[in-house]
Amino acid sequence: MVLQTIWFFLWGLLWAVFFMTDGFDFGIGTLYPYLGKTDQDKRMMINALGPLWDGNEVWLITAGGVTFAAFPLVYSVMFSSLYSALMLILFALILRGVSFEFRGKVDDPRWRKIWDTCIFIGSFVPALLFGVAFANIFQGIPIDHNGIYHGTLFTLLNPYGLLGGILFVLLFMIHGALWICIRSEGDLQERAASTANKLWPVLLGVAVVFLIASKFSTRLYDNYIEHPAFFIVILITVLALLSVRFFLAKKTFFKAWFASALTIVGATFFGVIGLYPNLFPSSMNPRYSLTVHNASSSPLTLKIMLVVVIIFIPVVIGYQIWAYTLFKGKVTQADLAHDEAY
Amino acid sequence: MDVVLLSRLQFATATMFHFLFVPFTLGLSFLVAYMETKYVKTGDETYLRMTKFWGKLFLINFAVGVVTGITLEFQFGTNWSRYSAYVGDIFGPLLAIEATASFFLESVLIGVWIFGWKKLSKKAHATVMWLVAFASSLSALWILIANAWMQSPVGFTIRDGRAELVDFAAVLFQKYAVFKFLHTISAAYVLSAFFVMGVSAYHLLKKENIEFFTRSFRIALGFGTIFSLVVVIIGDINGVIVAEKQPAKLAAMESLWETTTRAPVYLFALPDEKNEKNKIEIGAMPGMLSFLVRHDINAEVRGLKDFPKDERPPVLITSFAFKGMIGLGCYFILATVFGWWKRKRLIDNPKYLKLMLLSIPLPYVACELGWIVAEVGRQPWIVYGLMKTSDAVSPIAVSQVLTTLIAFILVYGLLGVTGFYLIAKNALKGPELVTEN
Repeated sequence: MVLQTIWFFLWGLLWAVFFMTDGFDFGIGTLYPYLGKTDQDKRMMINALGPLWDGNEVWLITAGGVTFAAFPLVYSVMFSSLYSALMLILFALILRGVSFEFRGKVDDPRWRKIWDTCIFIGSFVPALLFGVAFANIFQGIPIDHNGIYHGTLFTLLNPYGLLGGILFVLLFMIHGALWICIRSEGDLQERAASTANKLWPVLLGVAVVFLIASKFSTRLYDNYIEHPAFFIVILITVLALLSVRFFLAKKTFFKAWFASALTIVGATFFGVIGLYPNLFPSSMNPRYSLTVHNASSSPLTLKIMLVVVIIFIPVVIGYQIWAYTLFKGKVTQADLAHDEAY
Repeated sequence: MDVVLLSRLQFATATMFHFLFVPFTLGLSFLVAYMETKYVKTGDETYLRMTKFWGKLFLINFAVGVVTGITLEFQFGTNWSRYSAYVGDIFGPLLAIEATASFFLESVLIGVWIFGWKKLSKKAHATVMWLVAFASSLSALWILIANAWMQSPVGFTIRDGRAELVDFAAVLFQKYAVFKFLHTISAAYVLSAFFVMGVSAYHLLKKENIEFFTRSFRIALGFGTIFSLVVVIIGDINGVIVAEKQPAKLAAMESLWETTTRAPVYLFALPDEKNEKNKIEIGAMPGMLSFLVRHDINAEVRGLKDFPKDERPPVLITSFAFKGMIGLGCYFILATVFGWWKRKRLIDNPKYLKLMLLSIPLPYVACELGWIVAEVGRQPWIVYGLMKTSDAVSPIAVSQVLTTLIAFILVYGLLGVTGFYLIAKNALKGPELVTEN
């Protein structure tokens, strides 16, 4: 039981870290047509995430893998019932990944245009659909006692689901704009900062609406009412969101980015805490919900995986932070002139 | 068209496409790391240019390989959810460990390698590529342990209506997994060696950058010769293991219908699955199969008729793929050993160079054929002897799978054309004359 609970929160943490890291890549890709006025701007933008996006994306693979390993039934029901949404995400991620690599390989504006479009689609679609998917999980999915999904892709596009999608897109756009602020100078940096400034009140508004809508569309608050101490998570998230604005005004972009990262992790945990012990609640009947009790792996598998995670995740975080510090400086002209640059 | 067939087609499309790029990554990462180390040690600029040139091809290929791998992990959930629920306790951890323990290292460090030329010392930069190379091969190890478990399930018990792990060491260290890994990884190294030799041959034929491509060719030749031999030797051991663990697959590979002592190997056999016999048999070598799999020409080998009809794999596909793979494997040994003999005078052997240029696609074919033997030969089982493929599929609609199958074919088709176009374009263009460090 303790083991399952530990795994539940690790599961939430891995998704949160994925949103926190790859989130700014999605945001940059979403802002790409808007902020990337010239080819130079565009190259600055993709080279700003260039050294890091690949490692960031592995958090998704890890989150998926850990869902499979620790909660095989959730893995099986979640991905088969969200079939169309997940496939759209995967195809979008494929487009995004190859676009970075392919874009600069042929010197022709039409060629670049194709991959520019793919970078946008490949970033916006996952950002939106991950939000839609998680909001739907928060409110429950129409699955029956056999875990069979009674709905279509459009079932997921309900108001609360779409609200979640918009929330994710906004979170990631600001997160991405701030990363651009960290890694660029001059005009692009100014425009990125002003975009973040303009988006921030919108995000605040949507976040407030989402918190209120969650009261009516989900049962997330039950756990908070039962254990009011958890309200601190919401409080920290809101404070983090407010400090994004504060640091942005002071032009301390790294701090603003860090606050935005904390906001994303907090937003994910707001839902995860509310879900417990459910991983994949059924909207048809609470008894059909997949929980830490009925969907987990055997204790042996959970123990083995815990050892693996305790050893490797700190190591991964270690070398990922090392990579981040290597590439936290401004992208320079010399960087762009380099052979292998995107 | 039912969900099972469509899902199988989709998985086959996705994996076979993915595996057009994986072996190249696995092998070329070591070759590039070796070239870069030579540069660090000797300070010879040619090695730096080699690192950059082959590195560029490596990166284009790597991008397609990575993005197409992601869909695979999720397809076990989207399309094979009953499989995932039934064996997730054993199969899930293997995929999760692959991501945490190796794929992470590979993906973080590849970014460091691409963008880190000026940020790291020369030595550190070369070390990063070595780590990428080891991490990729380590990734392959975990994936192949997972596949080996589907071929030869061990270390589990059936509890609460699913397979549960009881002995993790048995899963990790079973000989099926060890030899499957060694066989697949050597095949991958052969593929990358043939690619480097083929592209080098093209430029040597045109008498361009002779020093550059002679060196590249020789490095790949050494690598390729060793692993062409290893892949066949390990393959032979694999045959013994398959005979023990998956006798129906072995019988299909050799299109052997009757259980018999002194079981033969046919040079060519055309199976007739309906009438349970071979329509044509050419070049029978009596006792050869018994000898190969049991090391005794009089040993008994089980034929297909020993298995119920609904537990036999498709014989025609399995046996043809197997024969094709063996033939190509032998060719790779001949081609590399011959090259070894001529290695001092490559430029004077245009016919051999032309042959090597034309041989580039062959290891790709051999790798795909190998997977066809492994996966089609396992049918009708998804986990051999434990779960049928038809019981493993997700409760989803035909229209859903049909849509995504078409999307896979279109997107991957375009991706494949673009990827190989860019690789070919850069390969044929040749290296930059001067390379900044």
